[in-house]
Amino acid sequence: MMIEVSQIKKSFGDQVVLNSVSFSVKEGESVAIIGRSGTGKSVLIKHLVGLLSPDEGSVRVDGQDLVGMTERQLLGVRQKFGMLFQSAALFDSMSVHDNIAFPLRRSGVTEVAEIDRRVEEVLGLVELPGVGGKMPSELSGGMQKRVGLARAIVHRPQIILYDEPTTGLDPVVADSIDQLMMRVRDHYKVTSIVITHDMRCARRMGQRIIYLRDGQVYLDALADEVFNSNDPQVARFIRGEADLKEADFS
Amino acid sequence: MNAAKGELSSFVEGMGRVALLACEVVRSIFSVRLNWAEFMKQMHFIGLKSQFVVLTTGASTGMVFCAQTFYQFHKVKMDTATLGVVGVAMTSELGPVLAGLMVAGRVGAAMTAELGTMRVTEQIDALRTMATHPVDHLVVPRVLATLISMPLLTILAWATGIFAAMILAGSLLGVETAFSLKHMYFYADEEDILMGVIKALVFGLLISLISCYRGLNCGNGAEGVGRATNEAVVHSCIAILVSNFFLTLFLRALLYQG
Repeated sequence: MMIEVSQIKKSFGDQVVLNSVSFSVKEGESVAIIGRSGTGKSVLIKHLVGLLSPDEGSVRVDGQDLVGMTERQLLGVRQKFGMLFQSAALFDSMSVHDNIAFPLRRSGVTEVAEIDRRVEEVLGLVELPGVGGKMPSELSGGMQKRVGLARAIVHRPQIILYDEPTTGLDPVVADSIDQLMMRVRDHYKVTSIVITHDMRCARRMGQRIIYLRDGQVYLDALADEVFNSNDPQVARFIRGEADLKEADFS
Repeated sequence: MNAAKGELSSFVEGMGRVALLACEVVRSIFSVRLNWAEFMKQMHFIGLKSQFVVLTTGASTGMVFCAQTFYQFHKVKMDTATLGVVGVAMTSELGPVLAGLMVAGRVGAAMTAELGTMRVTEQIDALRTMATHPVDHLVVPRVLATLISMPLLTILAWATGIFAAMILAGSLLGVETAFSLKHMYFYADEEDILMGVIKALVFGLLISLISCYRGLNCGNGAEGVGRATNEAVVHSCIAILVSNFFLTLFLRALLYQG
């Protein structure tokens, strides 16, 4: 198993966010983690790369338990990862070129021509050739996400994590991001984990779907099984229908 | 009373965490290659761009202090001792403290706001996922740039303060400049200068560590960044004023043994 999450619990103050969550992801697999807002999806994905540490349980990446590792020990494990953040999280003091070159330089590539070539290569892949000189603030939200994706893949990581990649984008731009993620998955054959509540994105990216509900894994199954599920909770979520009896208006 | 206790406890706990950050900074300095681009950027921002505010503060304080000292000394006919007092005060006390307070307000606030914004926009998390320790990439260049800049800014503050005082005393207050300078050389020792430089180094360390710590650990949203920036400036100023008292006692015992 490439990633093994075992019985993790996480609370912030009195609020239990994750409660005994377990699942595993094989090498090359593409998994979508779905669930309503506030069910702990983003908290879960941050555990996978060691940005958060669980109160209980373990997170193993290639057999290495991240729990108890120091920040410096985690740096080595994180070289296997690329991550696209919900807000793209581009460094606003750097140009697009320098943002994308950053992980390359950190991974030891020092030759300028090689850095330029690889930056242009990934900018071409995300269909943004020639924007390297621009600053992130000059780009639209969709373009920032694409640059974020280019930055996540430029150093050819083994695992790519996508945190709500299509949230806040119009349907056409969201579609282009979906297609780019699929292209990256198929082109680089990487392990992909997508956190989303966009069902089209989950269907396209997830060979397997994990449905999180109230901080627990409610369902972990192949995409077809999930999308054809007769379970009323799952079916309602997939159709995007509110259950007014349990709707949270707070 | 409870609020004051809570504030004090938070301040003390914060200083403990700042000490841990200092250990991580020392470890990084000796084990990780310096991010030169960020260091040079910070030197420009902290060292070069703080000159105007430090220069203005130094000149203003030097002149006001000179005038007030002169008016008191004039009563006992000790006019020419004015620059001696100004010299000692500017080099060992007013120069480093005022430069420190100005840098805390200008640079410390900016550091916290920048790092805090990076934190709330997930840029710090992005840095960490790219196998980069925030201390190596962000904190060490800021701490080193502040450590180098602070003594230079302090020297600028006291030089402009003493020069402005000398011009004021010689031209407007009618003090004999040659005698005044002789008294200043007599009373202001190299130990005063050394004390000022050591204080500036300590203040620079405190300002940069407190500001970076507050930025890296700020709360969520604009309110979190605003509060962290406010705390960074307040805590830096308190740390400067409190440490100045102990540094004065300690350095006086250490440097003035003869």
